[in-house]
Amino acid sequence: MTKAALLIDFGSTYTKLRAIDLGARRVLGSGQGPSTVTSDINIGMRAAMDDLERHLGGLPRFRYRFASSSAAGGLRMVTVGLVRELTAEAARRAALGAGAKLVGTFSYRLTQKDINKINELKPDIVLLAGGTDGGNSAVVLANAGLLAASALACPVVYAGNRAAADDVSTLLAGCTLIVTENVMPEFNTLNIEPARAVIRQVFIDRIVHAKGIDRARADFDAVLMPTPAAVMEGARLLADGVAGHDGLGTVMVVDPGGATTDVHSVADGRPASGQVVAVGLPEPRIKRTVEGDLGMRHNAATIAEVAGIEALAADAGIDPMRARALLAQLATDVGQLPQSADDIALDQALVRAAVFQAVARHCGTLETVYTAHGPVTVQHGKDLSELDAVIGTGGAIVSSPDPGAVLGKALADNTLPLSLRPRAPSLWLDRGYLLYACGLLAAAEPEAALELALGHLQRLDHQPRSMETGNARIRCA
Amino acid sequence: MPAADTRPHLPQHQKTLVTGVIGSDTHIVGNRILSMALEQAGYKVATLGALTPAADFIKAAVETAADAIMVSSLYGQGELDCRGFRELCIEAGLDDILLYVGGNLVVGKHPWPEIEKIFLDMGFDRAAAPGTRVETVLDWLARDFAAREQGLRRAAG
Repeated sequence: MTKAALLIDFGSTYTKLRAIDLGARRVLGSGQGPSTVTSDINIGMRAAMDDLERHLGGLPRFRYRFASSSAAGGLRMVTVGLVRELTAEAARRAALGAGAKLVGTFSYRLTQKDINKINELKPDIVLLAGGTDGGNSAVVLANAGLLAASALACPVVYAGNRAAADDVSTLLAGCTLIVTENVMPEFNTLNIEPARAVIRQVFIDRIVHAKGIDRARADFDAVLMPTPAAVMEGARLLADGVAGHDGLGTVMVVDPGGATTDVHSVADGRPASGQVVAVGLPEPRIKRTVEGDLGMRHNAATIAEVAGIEALAADAGIDPMRARALLAQLATDVGQLPQSADDIALDQALVRAAVFQAVARHCGTLETVYTAHGPVTVQHGKDLSELDAVIGTGGAIVSSPDPGAVLGKALADNTLPLSLRPRAPSLWLDRGYLLYACGLLAAAEPEAALELALGHLQRLDHQPRSMETGNARIRCA
Repeated sequence: MPAADTRPHLPQHQKTLVTGVIGSDTHIVGNRILSMALEQAGYKVATLGALTPAADFIKAAVETAADAIMVSSLYGQGELDCRGFRELCIEAGLDDILLYVGGNLVVGKHPWPEIEKIFLDMGFDRAAAPGTRVETVLDWLARDFAAREQGLRRAAG
């Protein structure tokens, strides 16, 4: 009998299913239904199961039925830290790494206005950090006190100064509080894994129920994580491989969505040259960035703003006036699929611009600092110039007539010579939208998940760029 | 409300120091030796290393609730880099933090008392001349922290 697994994604628009043959490491079939979490999640789930059954001609017995969810607004999180570039940034990275949708980030002492804002944001979890262990506790205690006195009902994860944990627990005694390790126990030491794990656990234990996702419990064994975290797990699996089976090496996943563009990288990103000095907060090896102003539908206007409407129109090969008109249409109907040749051309220009910007922001940069002893090269962020593989996922890339050209925008070029973007990675397409499924499956069957992922990625051709341009030349200077 | 912020003033509290080389200065070796010696002497040290902007010293001190900031400058631009340092601290709520500076602080040969005065006038509590021994710095720290317990700005001498 076929050993099968069912992987479910409760998305914001669709409920998506992938049925996997674990023995043959292949996709048995897919199913899709609407997302109905706001009314009754079972309606969409049933429709998706019926769709899958139609494709398969009957449903196998599933050994595993794992789900991820970004439904009902995703995992909405607010982070609070002390110094913006230090514990507040560490908290932000922990939340993003847990697959959250970051709706607000705060630093220093909260004001009553901040508290009102946090309440308006209706977060699912607040991550409270601040102070290194034994460091500043006055601010985090003041912030805990303000949160305690507020109308906030969601769980609070405390990942701040360990020395203040007892007092924070006392202050927040009336709330659901989970205390974990400090996101920055020592100055400039990043420790986001424990907070990330706790956030995921709170998501499983509470948020899944609070959002009504567990009403479809009869159809799954567990909701393991938010969908962005599942994609990240898929990226990690593809990069690192499993014992006895190599992965792709260092990997980046680019996911331009309707509202945001996500970029994940699995690579340490340290300076490639001993001559370069890395500055700033240490970078997590597995890093996720979310660009809230780069979305193919909800934020198409801001993509145009960032790229410049003239440049966008030129890339699309259409008149700027026409591009403006089409963008205005998109703003009124975000569900619109491209129909005319101009629509398609504009969509392609939008996704290329989104990928270009999002990857440029995700990757680090070089800066030359002039000292009394000559110029010194300083690196901010991750050096991904030697990256092995870039993977594109999501509808905007998969449905593109030229996905290679879209992913090509992730590569180093001479427009941003100081940007540490990948120079010559292999390019891959997640055509079957399997990354999330493999990320989920990795929890139980890592080897099958890896083989499935590697077997279904489609290699894309691209024109390698000349090494005369881009960061190669700077490195040698 | 629990008075957790009184803890740094307990006598047995381990003092936290921030060290680094200010400005566009890459001379890290002396600063690293100093940081190691301070750690060995029982201090908790947040080391920022070379090429550190003044603002980063302050950010680190806020986050770690540091008791002192020790600024190194070896390339002769110390006077420029350190201007307004005390004001930055005050702006960040670190009004009373102990500030030391040391190294080759200015270009050219000037009598040390003149150089020292420039930095003390800037709001530094101590300025260390080139060749100052680590032991001297440890002695200053011990005495200055003791003086702070008694409400004094710094110890005499």
